[in-house]
Amino acid sequence: MTMAVQSSFKNMTLCLFAVCIVSSALLAAVYAVTKEPIEAANQAKTNNAIAQVVPEFEGNPVPGTIEVGGKEYSYYTVSKAGRPVGYAITSSSVGYGGPVVLMVGITADRIIYNTTVISQAETPGLGAKCVEPAFADQFRDFNPAEKSLTVKKDGGDIDAITASTITSRAYSKAVETAVTVYDAIVAGMETADDNQETNQGE
Amino acid sequence: MEYILIIISAIFVNNILLAQFMGICPFLGVSNKLSTAVGMSGAVCFVITLATLVTYLFQYYVLVPLHIEFMQTIAFILIIAALVQMVEIVLKKVSPSLYQALGIFLPLITTNCAVLGVALMVVTKEFTYGGEPHLLNLGESVVFAFATSLGFGLAMILFAGLREQIALNKVPKPFQGIPIALVTASILAMAFMGFSGLV
Amino acid sequence: MGKIQLITKGFVKENPTFSLLLGMCPTLATTTSAINGMSMGLATLFVLVLSNMAISATAPYIPDKVRIPAYIVIIAAFVTILQLVMQAFTPDIYETLGLFIPLIVVNCIVLGRAEAFANKNSVVDSACDGIGIGIGFTFALTLLGLVREILGSGSAFGFKFITGDGILVFVLAPGAFMALAYLIVLFKKVTAKKGE
Repeated sequence: MTMAVQSSFKNMTLCLFAVCIVSSALLAAVYAVTKEPIEAANQAKTNNAIAQVVPEFEGNPVPGTIEVGGKEYSYYTVSKAGRPVGYAITSSSVGYGGPVVLMVGITADRIIYNTTVISQAETPGLGAKCVEPAFADQFRDFNPAEKSLTVKKDGGDIDAITASTITSRAYSKAVETAVTVYDAIVAGMETADDNQETNQGE
Repeated sequence: MEYILIIISAIFVNNILLAQFMGICPFLGVSNKLSTAVGMSGAVCFVITLATLVTYLFQYYVLVPLHIEFMQTIAFILIIAALVQMVEIVLKKVSPSLYQALGIFLPLITTNCAVLGVALMVVTKEFTYGGEPHLLNLGESVVFAFATSLGFGLAMILFAGLREQIALNKVPKPFQGIPIALVTASILAMAFMGFSGLV
Repeated sequence: MGKIQLITKGFVKENPTFSLLLGMCPTLATTTSAINGMSMGLATLFVLVLSNMAISATAPYIPDKVRIPAYIVIIAAFVTILQLVMQAFTPDIYETLGLFIPLIVVNCIVLGRAEAFANKNSVVDSACDGIGIGIGFTFALTLLGLVREILGSGSAFGFKFITGDGILVFVLAPGAFMALAYLIVLFKKVTAKKGE
C-alpha cells in the first residue's frame, strides 16, 4: 500500500527542508509554552530546598553571592521580624561519581539547621544513600563549634555511609565549606556595620 | 595530569559499555567474532571523536549564541548522521582498504547511542577531574571522547574474545545466544568494577 | 489484524525487550528501581506513539532515499518536546533519567517501528502498534526494575520490606546484565511451553 515517491534531487531537498522547518516551528512553539513552567519548576525546587534547611521565616528569601577563597558562592538570607534568622548556602564538593551539591542552612547563632542534596551522581545503593535521613540527619542541629565535620575514620564525628567513605567525606566537606562561607557572610556584615574594614575574616 | 585522569577514568572506571550502558546494541550484536569487533571498535573510535569535536563547536558557536539550546538533541543527531555519511564517502575515495574494513559498520553507528551520548555528555555534565566541578573545554572534550571510544574498543574486544571461547562449549539450551552473552557481560562488568576508586 | 491484536502482540510475541532484544541501553541503564524503569518505559511510549502516527501520516510524501533522515528529524522533534514537557512538569523524574531521555532518539525500537510498521500502515493502526510495543517495553522495564529493586535494595516501588541492605550488586552494572539474562531465559521457557 506504500506508494514511494520517486526520489529526485529537487523533491529530496524540498522534503527534508520542509520536515526540518515544520519540526523547528513545532519545537519553538512548545518551547515558548513550557518556558514559564520550567522556570517555575526550578524556582519551586530552590524554594523547597530553602524551606527545608532553615527555620521558619517571613517574606521571601533574599538571594546574594559572596566570594570566599577565590570562588563565588550563592546563598539566600531569610528573615523574621526584620532580623536575619538563617542563611541557606549552596556549596559543592567532589564525590565519587561527580559533584555533590548541597543546600546547607545555618541559623543566625551558627548552628547547622539542616542540609539537603540539590544534585548528586553517586552510585545507586551506595553513595546515593547520602540523601537518606539515616545519613543526612546527622547534620541536623549540628554545632560546628562543638563537633568536627569529618568522618569518624578521619577522627571526626560523622558516621560514614557503609562502603561509601568518599561520598561521606564529600558531603561533610561541602557542609564545612558552607560554614566557612557563613563565617564570611557574617564577617562581611559586621565589617559593613563597622564601616569599611577590608578584613575578610577566614 | 588532568588528561591522564580523564583517560583512565573514561577507559576503565566509567567504561561506556560496562558502567554506563551506552552502545549495548553493537556490543551484543557484532561481538560474535573478534575480527568484526575490532572493525566496529575502529569505526566507533573514529566517529565518536569526530562527532564530539563538531557538536562541541556547534553547541558553543551556534546554539548558545542564538539561545536555541533546546534544539540540541535534534541538531546533534543530524550532525552525527551527516558526519557518518560524509566519513563513508570520504573513506571510499581516500582509503578503499580502510573502507573495506570499517565500511559495513558505519551505517550502524548513527543509531549507536554511545556517539550521541558522549556528544551530549561533554556539553551537559559537570566533571570533577582536577578538583572543582566544571564543564569540559574543547581539548578535554576531544580527549574524553577519544578515551571513551578506546574504552568501548577494549570492552568490545575482550567480550568478543570471551564469546568466541564460549561458542566452543556446550551451553544449556535456554541460555544459548543472548542470555549467556549477558551473563558473560555481567562478569566482565564485575571485573571492571575492580577499577573503581582508581581515579 | 485487529486493533486489539496490534496492541497485545507487543506484550509477548513481539516484546521489544525479551523477544526482539531491542533498546538494550535504556533497559539496562534506567532499571535501578521499578519506578525508574516504568518512567523510562512511559517516556518511550509517548515518543513511540506520536512518531509512529506522524511518520504514518507523512510517509506517502517522503521520497524513499531520504526517508531515514526525515524519520530521525521527526523522532528527534518529539523527543525534544518530551524533554521540555518533563522539565516543566516532572523535573525530578527528568533529572533521574538524565541523559537517557534525549537518547530515546537513537533507541532502535522507535526507528525500527517506523521502518517496519508505521510507514506502510494507517495512522490509527500505527498508533495501536506504538501503544502495544510501548506497553510491552514499559512492562519489561518495570519488571526488570522491580527484580533489581527487590534483590538489590529490598524494596518494591519504593516501599522497603527489609531492614538494611539488599544484594547491592543488583543495583550496580553487573546485576543489570545478570538480571536481564535470567529474565530472558525465563521468558523463553514460558513462551516455549505456550507454543507447544
